[in-house]
Amino acid sequence: MEAFASISHIILALPFLMFIFLGLCGNKLFKSNPNVAGWIGTAGLSVVAIVSYYIAIQYFWFEGKGSDSYQQFVLFNYEWLKMTDNLVISIGFMLDPISAMMLVVISTVSLMVHIYSLGYMHGEEGFQRYYAVLSLFTFAMMGLVVATNIFQMYIFWELVGVSSFLLISFYFIKPSAVAAAKKAFIVTRFADMFFLVGILILSYYTNTFDFLKLTAVSDGHATLVNNTMCGMTFMGLSVTSIAMFLIFLGGAGKSAMFPFHIWLPDAMEGPTPASALIHAATMVVAGVFLVARMFPVYFFEAHDVLTIIGYIGAFTSLFAAIIACTQTDIKRVLAFSTISQIAYMFVALAVSGYASEHEECLGYTASMWHLFTHAMFKACLFLGAGCIIHAVHSNEMNAMGNLRKFMPIAHITFLVSCLAIAGILPFSGFFSKDEILVAAFEHDKVLYACQAFVAGLTAFYMFRLYFRIFWYSENPAHEHHTPHEAPMNMNIPLIVLSVFTCFTWLDKVFPFFPEKITADRVGYELETNWTIAIASILVAVVGIAIAWVLYKVKNDKPDMIAGKVKCLYISASHRFYIDEIYLFITRKIIFGGICVAIAWFDRHIIDGFMNLLAWISRELSYDIRDVQSGNVQQYAMGFLLGVLAIALFAIYY
Amino acid sequence: MNILSAFVVVLLVMLVVVFMIPGEKKNAIRWTMAAGSFVLLGMAIYLVKDFLDWKSLNPTEQFYNAGLDPITWYEGVINIKFAVGVDGVSVAMIMLSAIVVITGVFASFAVEDKAKEYFLWFIMLSIGVFGFFISVDLFTMFLFYEVALIPMYLLIGVWGSGNKEYSAMKLTLMLMGGSAFLMVGIFGIYYFSAEDGGALTFNIEEIAANAAMPVEWQRIFFPLTFVGFGVLGAMFPFHTWSPDGHASAPTAVSMLHAGVLMKLGGYGCFRVAMTLMPEACQEQAWIFIVLTGISVVYGAFSACVQNDLKYINAYSSVSHCGLVLFALLMMNQTAMTGAILQMLSHGLMTALFFALIGMIYGQTHTRDIRYLGGLMQVMPFLCVCYVIAGMASLGLPGLSGFVAEMTIFVGSFAHEDLFHRVIVIAGCTSIVITAVYILRVVGKILFGPLYKIEKVDGKFNYLSEHNGEVHHYPLRDAIWYEKIATVGLIVSIAIIGLYPVWISDMISKSLEAVAALLN
Repeated sequence: MEAFASISHIILALPFLMFIFLGLCGNKLFKSNPNVAGWIGTAGLSVVAIVSYYIAIQYFWFEGKGSDSYQQFVLFNYEWLKMTDNLVISIGFMLDPISAMMLVVISTVSLMVHIYSLGYMHGEEGFQRYYAVLSLFTFAMMGLVVATNIFQMYIFWELVGVSSFLLISFYFIKPSAVAAAKKAFIVTRFADMFFLVGILILSYYTNTFDFLKLTAVSDGHATLVNNTMCGMTFMGLSVTSIAMFLIFLGGAGKSAMFPFHIWLPDAMEGPTPASALIHAATMVVAGVFLVARMFPVYFFEAHDVLTIIGYIGAFTSLFAAIIACTQTDIKRVLAFSTISQIAYMFVALAVSGYASEHEECLGYTASMWHLFTHAMFKACLFLGAGCIIHAVHSNEMNAMGNLRKFMPIAHITFLVSCLAIAGILPFSGFFSKDEILVAAFEHDKVLYACQAFVAGLTAFYMFRLYFRIFWYSENPAHEHHTPHEAPMNMNIPLIVLSVFTCFTWLDKVFPFFPEKITADRVGYELETNWTIAIASILVAVVGIAIAWVLYKVKNDKPDMIAGKVKCLYISASHRFYIDEIYLFITRKIIFGGICVAIAWFDRHIIDGFMNLLAWISRELSYDIRDVQSGNVQQYAMGFLLGVLAIALFAIYY
Repeated sequence: MNILSAFVVVLLVMLVVVFMIPGEKKNAIRWTMAAGSFVLLGMAIYLVKDFLDWKSLNPTEQFYNAGLDPITWYEGVINIKFAVGVDGVSVAMIMLSAIVVITGVFASFAVEDKAKEYFLWFIMLSIGVFGFFISVDLFTMFLFYEVALIPMYLLIGVWGSGNKEYSAMKLTLMLMGGSAFLMVGIFGIYYFSAEDGGALTFNIEEIAANAAMPVEWQRIFFPLTFVGFGVLGAMFPFHTWSPDGHASAPTAVSMLHAGVLMKLGGYGCFRVAMTLMPEACQEQAWIFIVLTGISVVYGAFSACVQNDLKYINAYSSVSHCGLVLFALLMMNQTAMTGAILQMLSHGLMTALFFALIGMIYGQTHTRDIRYLGGLMQVMPFLCVCYVIAGMASLGLPGLSGFVAEMTIFVGSFAHEDLFHRVIVIAGCTSIVITAVYILRVVGKILFGPLYKIEKVDGKFNYLSEHNGEVHHYPLRDAIWYEKIATVGLIVSIAIIGLYPVWISDMISKSLEAVAALLN
């Protein structure tokens, strides 16, 4: 424990110091040789990764086990801002199963991205800045997952938001990148406002920010929330439900759930490795992590909200999967796939129970496990896509095809990850997705049917992507240059991540994470439900088979099918016009209507009134001015009239 | 010598010295100013330490007078004394003023035209500001308040830009109108400052201790005083001097005005109106809460459609300063601490904004965001500073804005009345709108491709069309004195943002008694 407490500081302090160092003096010190900045960043992150692994291993296998459940350790907790005696924002480090797992996820993916970027970003203007922001992001993400109180989480929540902004706008000369960065920041900020209000309501009643107090459970209740908020209503709705729903909306913004999903596809304007880290593996799952962190409160005190989350998740996963089938920019396909997969995790949380007995909390475990496996294979897919884009200098599918001959390593790793996301045995995605389906099946048949269908769609669009990139046509687009394999520092991360993806089934051999991550932190034995497993594999195989028929070699069948469902196809390829609706509301109504009206009101009514006052007093002064004319006769006249008036007054009154 | 009155004395010495230096020796004047403001900053830092030591020994006392007892100025029909005293709030404000003054001096190094006169008026303005914050006597407070207002007229009217005569006149008249209300209020407070037969006094401490003002009179004088100070605090609907005034003012004057002078308004509302007339404050707070709540959202929405950088920032100030008064009126310790933190934070970041805008304007000769673009490639240092200022303004954790806003929201939301809590939620929308107008500017003028800028031999020129002629203005990045000004402000913003607990403690402890009084 003590050993933990001191080394755990490194996880937060080192990335922060690297950010300060690289951000302030990176450009000056490494002007001639920017690569040094990258190496420093990577070296620092390796240290962070080693410490994270050490802490996670120690926690899961040795220190963490209490008598019956995994303990929650607060390794350090510094008072940062004291609002009242009870409402204190601290910066601390909480270690429990989900935060330990997240340490592994973040440090692994971040390290891989650091290594990969040494090759991918080589020679880019602003290389040092890129590494500085990566460090900032790692710091913020680590701080978010180890937060000891909800306000600490909010602080780091904002910080990951800004590092996302800075990375999306990395190519700040490109107007599209700037627009995407603005969009991402403002949409998530809008959701964060709900998060903030949720925190305010929750802390108003419970009088604490502390996760340990908020999520403490006894007798089938989240005790503190139950004691302080039970029975409170606002306009007929339970205050607890309102607060928890608002908090979920914050998570929905970061995790790009419908209707806040619009920023994520555009965010692909950023450098590809940054997309892999932030917009695929880590930051976008923050919302899932938030719900998991507050799970006892959701489950016991706001179960209706949990049900809503499940349906929002199911809808989003279906919606995003349909759009993914029609996109032609490979990064956008992956972006919609990410949205769909994160929605899966939300569904899993929604269908979970609390207790570990009889595998009731399977959904929770499955959600966290899918978070883990998804981070690995999706990061691998993105990094692979980066290699491909590097090779053909385009994001569009049409510029690709037949690449398997030129890029064998990218090909194999991409294939492995596609199989994983499609849910084929024995790759990691199979295990996690299968458990989600089992949990959904036991809890809610509608959600199960929806998710099973989405699983088929996922297999289809991922293999559409795969076949279009690596098979399809003898490519016309790269006649003028031959695509070639990426350098080693880009391939190694691909291999490492696909190894993670291939060998997670070894958790059956070595007791690895999944059974240890449960809502009540009591470990249990996972059983694979083979009936549902076989069904889901069949669905996936059907999806792959359709993709095979349509896209393995160039033919006109896809266009024919698209022509038959023209309406659906066109609206899906335009992402169901949600962006246009947003643009209409923000540009036309808020900007053109409200803002312009207010500005006009201010200039013409409020300020006009002040100018009117000034004008009146000036005009009056001009009128009165004649009284002081210097004309003695006029003065005498006035004097006489005055005397007369006073005399009359005195006489008759 | 007494540390508090020393602030004014140092400034008076500066005034005399600068007056003696011949006008041609501009560098001598500039360095005198720099040296003097360094002394002020050193004294402010010493004062913080001194005050904290004193407070730890005397936790129950409110004002620290550093051993200077009131000095009688005039005794007879009215009793006027020069009385000084500071608590955590005024110490924070003095610290803010010292930082803004020194950075303002460096930002004014570029002033060439009538530099001596400019700096003389600049010192006058500073005397008013420091004098106001150290006073605990209403009369001297009012005196210094007026001393701070008058130089604004000349500074804007002479050294300003654009429609400067109109703006200077408007600003002065509106603020003077405010002080007319204020004067009535202050004399009202004076005549009810003691029980019948007791010695009347202007001393805030004594007035608060006597608490002799009947509620029916408070009902009249509270709104007068509050509105009087509220005009300077840019409270809706008395804020319209701010956009025009700021837009025409020279760089350092905008900095000092938005950074410090507007804080006089918030500080006065709190120290005079609220603490001396608590009962009326409780009764009437809701009216002003609604008005300031409007300020917060209204200012932010207005800022979204402005095209002049200074207008954007002025409306953003309306929004942020609205939040100050809004939180003060919530009348609990946390919200009020947040309000003071917001004054501090807004002062620093808005000074930074105006400094940067001035530096950009000095080169491009336009502030219209429609005619600017891609500056990040041309002047990376200034633009990175601008992004940091923007991030502070939209409340990024690690910078001061976040600390202040979150303290305000949490504190205000602790109000037991549902109506107040609902208004707080409405106020929370400002964090989104702020992000919109900040990022609009960042995306338009800093990022994106070069616009109206040509690159010749590695040097950049801004092309400005005027009456059919094209002017070429050479562009450069910040030079040393501009760097000092911006870095100084950014460091202060980051210190508050990264380690807020000491300053929020200092402020919070001094508000304990006031919060108890108001409840």
